[in-house]
Amino acid sequence: MSAPVAPPGWSRWLVPPAALSVHLSIGQAYAWSVFKPPLESALGLSGTQSALPFQLGIVMLGLSAAFGGTLVERHGPRWAMTVALVCFSSGFLLSALGAATSQYWLIVFGYGVVGGIGLGIGYISPVSTLIKWFPDRPGLATGIAIMGFGGGALIASPWSARMLDSFGQDHTGIALAFLVHGLTYAVFMSLGVLLIRVPRPRPAPAGAPDPAAPGSGDGIRVSARSAVRTPQFWCLWVVLCMNVTAGIGILEKAAPMITDFFATSSAPVTASAAAGFVALLSAANMAGRLGWSATSDLIGRKNVYRLYLGAGALMYLLIALFGGASKPVFVICTLVILSFYGGGFATIPAYLKDLFGTYQVGAIHGRLLTAWSTAGVLGPLIVNWLADREAAAGKEGPDLYALSLGIMIGLLVVGFLANELVRPVHPRHHLPAPAAPPSPKEATHGTD
Amino acid sequence: MARTDPHDPPAAPSGRRALIVFSWLWVGVPLAYGVYELARKATQLFTG
Repeated sequence: MSAPVAPPGWSRWLVPPAALSVHLSIGQAYAWSVFKPPLESALGLSGTQSALPFQLGIVMLGLSAAFGGTLVERHGPRWAMTVALVCFSSGFLLSALGAATSQYWLIVFGYGVVGGIGLGIGYISPVSTLIKWFPDRPGLATGIAIMGFGGGALIASPWSARMLDSFGQDHTGIALAFLVHGLTYAVFMSLGVLLIRVPRPRPAPAGAPDPAAPGSGDGIRVSARSAVRTPQFWCLWVVLCMNVTAGIGILEKAAPMITDFFATSSAPVTASAAAGFVALLSAANMAGRLGWSATSDLIGRKNVYRLYLGAGALMYLLIALFGGASKPVFVICTLVILSFYGGGFATIPAYLKDLFGTYQVGAIHGRLLTAWSTAGVLGPLIVNWLADREAAAGKEGPDLYALSLGIMIGLLVVGFLANELVRPVHPRHHLPAPAAPPSPKEATHGTD
Repeated sequence: MARTDPHDPPAAPSGRRALIVFSWLWVGVPLAYGVYELARKATQLFTG
């Protein structure tokens, strides 16, 4: 399948909805927990077992993004979105078969392995194309798409719950729900497959800014293979890993954390208020993806990460010092941290574009997402293990988290320093400029 | 030096405009539903 080149007059504002149709779908992964209780009761599973499809899906997301990135660059966004559509929907259909026949391994394989490949390929599929369409606002463009990944869970969570209420929570009802999910997402994602186009290459107009100007990324061509050999790649890996670890530590433990913080206060937090807090964090996460990433177009990528990591550390410090005494301080600081968490995800493709150019930015982004997988293990591990240890030592309230908060501040400082070390990539890693492209008429001929 | 120009002819034909509206509604309506459900849940922090 060749990369579909946009015909004359094609609006670039058709590209973000194409990207969103994929990201809003695959973002469903974060709503997997809706299926956990029905699966546990219908198939007699433990909590650990019912989490397996999601965990495997996230592992496969990281692996397929890391190893499939070069294929995505080679075959183009339409191929990648088609693979994502087929894998993600097939994952649900296989899961439906597994639920209908009470074969749990089929759900694990379908949703976790097959669906997980769809997650990874789908996640990186529109990134490079969006950056090419929006060279003037790459942060805004990738922010819109990556916000969609956060938004996907917001849609799927109530939708899946209502479906299970209607179909029943036995294995037949679950199978039917999986079937409807698979078919609906196939139709929904098909918009992305049909709409996606890559921009037509054309000669730079006279008087255009120097494309090799430092910081813009235009004119720089670094392959994914070379990028992973540069210190810049690994500095950004550390930056992303530290930022995500800090955010995920709160996100994963949000409800018990706010309850514990105010358990001994005059106004303890109820279970439903804690659920509301978690929802508010999701909103901050999503808003940060769009808002901060778009802001990075104005203040620069390095500065915005200084904000995420520096101000993030300050927010953690405020929680540690005053969070237990003031609910507004606790809530505002955690919301800011979660907005930085989302912003960190959404801004990284534009940062990569600045450093390595658009040539294989999708593949480089895919490889960088291994930082996300690492943080996904590291963040919850730190917070949960330390909270359990402090509880066993007889501590309670905010004291349960004091050490975790200190560690998060340390991690953010490490990330801040890594960001400070980022410099333009040495020209020895640059590939030579390509030969002059064919005229637009020639470029569009027979490519779509 | 080659570069890509995302700014093709400024005014999209009316058929394209309809496609733009349709595609944004396609993704915007489900997202609005998700945000609405989220807002309903988030209010529990202040009322719960």
